[in-house]
Amino acid sequence: MNKEFTKGLVKDNPIFVQLLGLCPALGVSGLVVNALGMGAGVIFVMLGANIFVSLLKNFIPQKVRIPSYIVIIASFVTIVQMVMEAFAPELYNNLGVFVPLIVVNCAILGRAEAFASRNTLKDSVLDALGMGIGFTLGLTLIALVREILGAGTITLFAMGGFDGVIRIPILHLAPVRIFSLASGALLAIGLLLALFNWKSSAKRG
Amino acid sequence: MSYISILITYIFISNFVLTQFLGLCPFIGVSRNTESAVGMGFAVIFVMSIASVVTWLVYTYVLVPLALVYLQTIAFILVIASLVQFVEMVIQKVSPPLYKALGIFLPLITTNCAVMGIALMNITSEHSLIESFVGGIAAGLGFMLALIMMSSIREQLAMKPVPKPFRGVPAAFISGGLMALAFMAFDRALLTNLLG
Repeated sequence: MNKEFTKGLVKDNPIFVQLLGLCPALGVSGLVVNALGMGAGVIFVMLGANIFVSLLKNFIPQKVRIPSYIVIIASFVTIVQMVMEAFAPELYNNLGVFVPLIVVNCAILGRAEAFASRNTLKDSVLDALGMGIGFTLGLTLIALVREILGAGTITLFAMGGFDGVIRIPILHLAPVRIFSLASGALLAIGLLLALFNWKSSAKRG
Repeated sequence: MSYISILITYIFISNFVLTQFLGLCPFIGVSRNTESAVGMGFAVIFVMSIASVVTWLVYTYVLVPLALVYLQTIAFILVIASLVQFVEMVIQKVSPPLYKALGIFLPLITTNCAVMGIALMNITSEHSLIESFVGGIAAGLGFMLALIMMSSIREQLAMKPVPKPFRGVPAAFISGGLMALAFMAFDRALLTNLLG
């Protein structure tokens, strides 16, 4: 596998390693389905922004590059907003203010500035996919922890006869409610970060 | 909504950092010492109150009459980005001491989602111009309150024997979580009890 793609998944994971894009990571991590929806939006915007920035890197003057990147990102966010509102109105309502706020997700601007503005189109696409999927993985992990502990369920997409909610036996009758509340999000990410620190220091010996 | 209830709502009941998760990057990034927390807090209050007013004016007098409401996200982020740049230049010219204190924090504010957040919330909750301004100040005050409390906790934590995997950011998140738990005591009942 290409290293531009794989680095974003674990080694440089935007959420857990670079600590970027934390607001959406905590704000929409109450339900797994919201996390997946948010992840899809971020992957799309990141991909679009990286493609455009990489193609236009020789035309954008150095001095106004940040505003130019922001306009590119904001255009893709607007597309996501419109598509989501039209085809997934329930998801759009659940995510609320965090959909337009993808525009200030520092993970996206960070990739445009640090990677796409000085690399080829192919590498930028791989980088965006890797980072976007890494972001989604991190977000989904937090959402899994919070939803399983906080509600005893895993909410996915409703399909056919399946209502989209997996109930964990026993736990969904007596969940640890604090994890579904606001403070639970901060506790969950703190504990996960500590776990990863512990893992990586154990690996180093 | 009266101005006092807007203030109480944004500072305590729906504190931007601790209940809505807006502006977490500076909350974790700039909370290592109280001095920079105060500087960042004032810079955010300043930008948020001006941004609330300007985005409200842009929305009401430009986007709505021209039927361009779907360009809201692009318009707001451009307004905020240029506003931050403009504020930076004005402060630099008018008050060099203030610039020295706030200067390094201003560029960071463009990507602070709390500023964009209050601009969007003013529109969705249909605030008037003055209510938006008060909302901006209140949200900024709430941000500063959380930031100062956090930095005081972290200054104390830095001197305590924290287990190694928890040192730094994980401990900060967990203290933030405990603070958020305390803030849950503030709910709508606070408004009805205080204001009737």
